[in-house]
Amino acid sequence: MVHSLPITPPAEHPWATIVVLLGAAVVFGAIPLGMARLWARFVSPAKPGLQKNATYECGLEARGDAWVQLDVSYYLYAIVFLIFDVEAVFLLPFAAAFSGLSLAACLAMLVFLLLLVEGLVWACQKGVLTWS
Amino acid sequence: MDQDLKTELSKHGIFATSFEELYNWGRKNSVWPLTFGLACCAIEMIATTMARYDLARFGAEVFRPSPRQADLMIVSGTVTKKMAPQVVRLYNQMPEPKYVIAMGACAISGGPFRDGYNVLKGIDRFIPVDVHIPGCPPRPEALIHAFMALQEKISAQQLSGESRPRHLKQELPSEFPVPEFGEHGLEPAQNDEVFRNPLKVLQG
Repeated sequence: MVHSLPITPPAEHPWATIVVLLGAAVVFGAIPLGMARLWARFVSPAKPGLQKNATYECGLEARGDAWVQLDVSYYLYAIVFLIFDVEAVFLLPFAAAFSGLSLAACLAMLVFLLLLVEGLVWACQKGVLTWS
Repeated sequence: MDQDLKTELSKHGIFATSFEELYNWGRKNSVWPLTFGLACCAIEMIATTMARYDLARFGAEVFRPSPRQADLMIVSGTVTKKMAPQVVRLYNQMPEPKYVIAMGACAISGGPFRDGYNVLKGIDRFIPVDVHIPGCPPRPEALIHAFMALQEKISAQQLSGESRPRHLKQELPSEFPVPEFGEHGLEPAQNDEVFRNPLKVLQG
């Protein structure tokens, strides 16, 4: 024998059960929160303070702004990183398939490498690689 | 409630308690310490939390990395004068009620570095310490003993009346002044509201 749900939704409101359960879920969550709030009112008076409310920086005083700006000259490092990064990504499959490659494929890869080397030469002329 | 009446009731299978007892019972069994090691004593503190000594038996294994979530500060190690302002600031940032265990000779008095130029002669000069542990370093058992002493202290605290703890007195501030660097060490050298100078105490 099949038992029906304790709350049988009326035929014109098929979603009524879900609405009731949703309300029950909210109340179920709100009751302990409300009790905690009530309890806190009696046994833990709020005591805010300048230091208590200050940003936590491992005990140090927070300094400066959170919106730190980086020097624009870092773009050079980004470009040089990109050269070696992209090179490594493409060189590995190139090296793995090297013995089976056709001449045209090798030439295409060489052109690609030369383009990247050109970038390196450009960076070198800019003086990026010299340690100052 | 009268203790005799309570024992009498418990003989009849009736368990009586008060909100205060229940609350303190919950509090003392869920003390969360701050992740805060200063020197060699911190190694013993770490050992205390591990499986062999197992501080988790007392509900205190949750070391919190933020003072906002911690209610116990274990000052484990040498407090240099450079570190003292940070210790006080961290204590100020902890929510009340908060407790302090000063662990080891350095934290309670300066220890072997007491005559040094750069070591604070005990953290109780700036913040109220609940339990002092001597030793250099104290063994994990000593820290557990101190922890149990703190639990006893917590369970004896009253929520109302004149003898209620500091955090329940609305007029008292929750922060303690942070010392600053002066020409000759920290200024002020101690917080007179907190520090009970043992020499003056002895003299009466």
